Amino acid sequence: MTIEVNTPTLSPLSADARSLRPLLEWLARRAEPVAISLGAILAGLALFSIFIVVVGKSPVDLFKLMYTGGFGSWFSIQNSLSRAAPLLLTALCVALPARLGLVIIGGEGAVVLGGVAAAAAALPLVGSVSPIIVLPVMAIAGMIMGGLWIGLSGFLRHYRGVNETIASLLLAYIAIALMNHFIEGPLRDPASLNKPSTAPLPSDYMLGNIPGMDVNWGLAIGVVACIVSWILIEATSFGFAARIAGGNVRAAQIQGLPVGRLIVGFTALAGSFAGLAGMIEVAAVQGSANASLAAGYGYTGILVAFLARHNPLAIIPVAILLGGIDASGGLIQRRMGLPDATVLVLQGTLFVVILLCETFYGRFKIFNPDLWKRPALSGRTA
Amino acid sequence: MTKLLPMNRRNFLKSTATGAAAIGFAPSLFSTSAAAQTALTVGFIYVGPKDDYGYNQAHAEGAAVIKAMSGVTVVEEENVPETVDVQKTMESMINLDGATLVFPTSFGYFDPHMLAMAEKYPDVQFRHCGGLWQEGKNPMNTGSYFGYIGQGQYLNGIAAGYASKSKKIGFVAAKPIPQVLQNINSFLLGARSVDPAITCQVIFTGEWSLAVKEAEATNALIDQGADVITCHVDSPKVVVETAAGRGAFVCGYHANQSPLAPEKYLTGAEWAWGNVYTDFVKKAQAGEKLGNFVRGGLKDGFVKMSPLGPGVSAEARTKFDTTLAEMMKGSFSVFKGPIKDNKGGDAVTADQTLAEDAIELESMAYLVEGVVGSTS
Amino acid sequence: MMEETGIGIWGVPLAIFAGAIRVSTPFIFVSLGESITERSGRINLGLEGTLVFGAMTAYAIAVMSNSPWLGVLAAMATGAVFGLIHGWICKFPKVNDIAIGIAMMQFGLGLAFFLGKPFIQPVAPHLPSIPLGGWSDLPQIQSALNINVLFIIGALLSVALWWAFKNTRVGLILRVVGDSSDAARAMGLNPDSVRLLATAVGGSLAAVGGAYLSLFYPGSWNEGISSGQGLMAVALVIFARWNPIGCFLAALLFGGAGALGPALQSVGVTQGYYLFYAAPYVLTLVILVATSSPTRSLAGAPGALSITK
Repeated sequence: MTIEVNTPTLSPLSADARSLRPLLEWLARRAEPVAISLGAILAGLALFSIFIVVVGKSPVDLFKLMYTGGFGSWFSIQNSLSRAAPLLLTALCVALPARLGLVIIGGEGAVVLGGVAAAAAALPLVGSVSPIIVLPVMAIAGMIMGGLWIGLSGFLRHYRGVNETIASLLLAYIAIALMNHFIEGPLRDPASLNKPSTAPLPSDYMLGNIPGMDVNWGLAIGVVACIVSWILIEATSFGFAARIAGGNVRAAQIQGLPVGRLIVGFTALAGSFAGLAGMIEVAAVQGSANASLAAGYGYTGILVAFLARHNPLAIIPVAILLGGIDASGGLIQRRMGLPDATVLVLQGTLFVVILLCETFYGRFKIFNPDLWKRPALSGRTA
Repeated sequence: MTKLLPMNRRNFLKSTATGAAAIGFAPSLFSTSAAAQTALTVGFIYVGPKDDYGYNQAHAEGAAVIKAMSGVTVVEEENVPETVDVQKTMESMINLDGATLVFPTSFGYFDPHMLAMAEKYPDVQFRHCGGLWQEGKNPMNTGSYFGYIGQGQYLNGIAAGYASKSKKIGFVAAKPIPQVLQNINSFLLGARSVDPAITCQVIFTGEWSLAVKEAEATNALIDQGADVITCHVDSPKVVVETAAGRGAFVCGYHANQSPLAPEKYLTGAEWAWGNVYTDFVKKAQAGEKLGNFVRGGLKDGFVKMSPLGPGVSAEARTKFDTTLAEMMKGSFSVFKGPIKDNKGGDAVTADQTLAEDAIELESMAYLVEGVVGSTS
Repeated sequence: MMEETGIGIWGVPLAIFAGAIRVSTPFIFVSLGESITERSGRINLGLEGTLVFGAMTAYAIAVMSNSPWLGVLAAMATGAVFGLIHGWICKFPKVNDIAIGIAMMQFGLGLAFFLGKPFIQPVAPHLPSIPLGGWSDLPQIQSALNINVLFIIGALLSVALWWAFKNTRVGLILRVVGDSSDAARAMGLNPDSVRLLATAVGGSLAAVGGAYLSLFYPGSWNEGISSGQGLMAVALVIFARWNPIGCFLAALLFGGAGALGPALQSVGVTQGYYLFYAAPYVLTLVILVATSSPTRSLAGAPGALSITK
């Protein structure tokens, strides 16, 4: 946990120290989450190693395989990134409402219905309209559908007093039922035989890969969405108002902030990101809407958002970490004969420890320039 | 020793089957030395847990058979969703484990996932369970294999037809798709070959694996008077145990579930993937071309029946054995016209006889007369 | 001939009634457990993991000891351990209980699947049920009234808890701690210890719900044994406004509505079956919307509960 910690003590010269001080303060504040997260990951891995030893396998072998499978080669890195891509958007579906103090856990519903809406929107256009138009239409359809679905939870919360957590969860189950109804009923392509699906998109209508990579455009879209969300929260009045309302609804209302519109707006935006994830799943992976849309991306997104402390930028590394663990899971099964649930145990252990380590924020003097002594700096942690 | 025993048809079939297997294995004694030089890594991908007492277990048991072959390394991954995950799993098996033959065993892996990987890795052979491979449309390094398990469900139906007192039998199904519809129809047609008054109630659960709903469906069927139950879900364990617990007879599916309900288990339609995989692997080791469209039924050893349980009467046993023997000759057809669908239309016309390998059976979209249920 | 054995359209209400009893028990136990935890001012969203781990433990112990009740006890013990871990972690400042719950859910599911592999094949002895339908000649009624002991315990427990929350010292302590940590401290109570115990009790009850799944209905252990009962039951607590009897009724309603889909198909109503399967969720949502109002949305909510702030 003392990686960046040394920097302040490197400056014994008081004159230099004074000029370096702003830089050091900046570094120290930025270093805190990195150092605590890394420390937590190490502690989590240590705990998991004990488990692996107990079940009679070698943790060293396992970590080597995890590195090979998750990040050890260009192939593995792309594998991890591909798995991370949908999580970027579904995590935003949780992180944005969380800024308002809302806990939305039904992103899965927006993903599946976003996918169905995108596929349905493409159906009448394919063949007669250029992909350059069809793809944005699909994206908009998916986003509107997802936005309506999660926005409904926000609406019910503000205007009917319905708890948004339970409403979004119920709506997710309802959404999956609707998806199944549509893909097996009105939207079913008779040629899809044993896997009921909508009519497949022709290959030139598919959202391809990022040039030079074997990862589809969903990754780039997800990263952009995270950055845009960050700017929205940190640098716009909309985001500022949301933060006030998230802190205290009554205070926000007294100040005359449009709390209702904020809640509906934020939840709808969050849902539109999840809906976009569904559209990408259709346009870049499946080529049609089918039951595989309910792959649990919405639920994994909850975990990603909480680990990232609802910071849209932090979602990016967390999603990649999760993608990497996921990607290495197969190799662990194949090479070590461990069950697929090994990865779940690892994720669970790691996340519990990472979340536990939240408690260390603000506890280390070294990361808190306000507590530094004026002339000299001590590198010790409090 | 066989001479000392009275030779009934079943034993005869068994002994000829072993004989055929022995002949089949003989050439492999010669090819093993060659095979040892060309080590082969085979990848298996399952959509659920590989010990589910059902679909995935049947494939994993097949994989276990070829694991024992010399020069063969098997790599397996379970619980792989039908998303980008399965594409990456295939790639990972190819890139990191050196797999040159991959069996993605779930229907949903075919299009677009396996097809995309096949285009990317033209030197790797992909064989998919259940898909409808089409020449000219699908890459030549891909293919599909499947078994005519409808025959097995017809035999299940015969056993059910004799065992049912209420003349109502029940079917717990996952989704109204061709493979499932064909099984439901075959089950009822088998039962109706015993008594044309029998009806079959079907309940769709909507998911391939959903324990509580499968149990509820089984209870609902029995409450409506069904006294023999079978199913087509990924893991028949819950249906078999629930039905037997309510005192109904059961017919198994995918794998042998008789240990779960020894008294109530009549028989079951099982996969015999070990034979199919052995054949593919032998061909791959010998450098021969693998089939692109591989199908087979009881007589080809793709499908087998669980041993008959104590609930099967002597009369039922006779009819079961006669029908099985005809199927083993290859002269039996489950879908022989005229057959009406349950909306009153013609499913199979009077002059039509669909042999087990008739391709239209693989896109079946109707339920036959006597099945209570709808396809959407 | 069919009339003798089938009960026709009467099968639908019977199935809803029987389904309510059969399917609701896991919801009852998880939601009662969670109502205790939430009353203390903490939310444990990870009970799905506890439930599945409880199902696995109960099944495994029942297989090994041949005693289903030993399985239930073992499940309760593991559930309490999961609760203690959650409660212990959440007492540290800045730790988010919802997030820990989600992570614990992942951990519990993973560990249950990992350790449960060898127990998928063996058959465990089932929990006994009490045949209350002997008065009827209809096997359907007899079967519907084959009521499991755990259901009866759950029903009694909900009344007992409802009474205890109101009338006992423990209930008072829970409510004080749940409403305000500061007030509790002023009364000389340690909110963290109370919540730790409340989460442990909640966890052990949730594990009983899991034991019911694996040892009675559907009475089998595999990785798909739960279809989100643990998560849904946590939501039902909010639906039931933290009232134990409400939890019991909500679980019955949910279980009964869940039986509608298969029952309708069994009498030949087959079109759009997915929509019938969504009935429990739609019904819950509709009731929730109808009974909520923006002005009294937090009625009955423990003041210190993070999810209702």
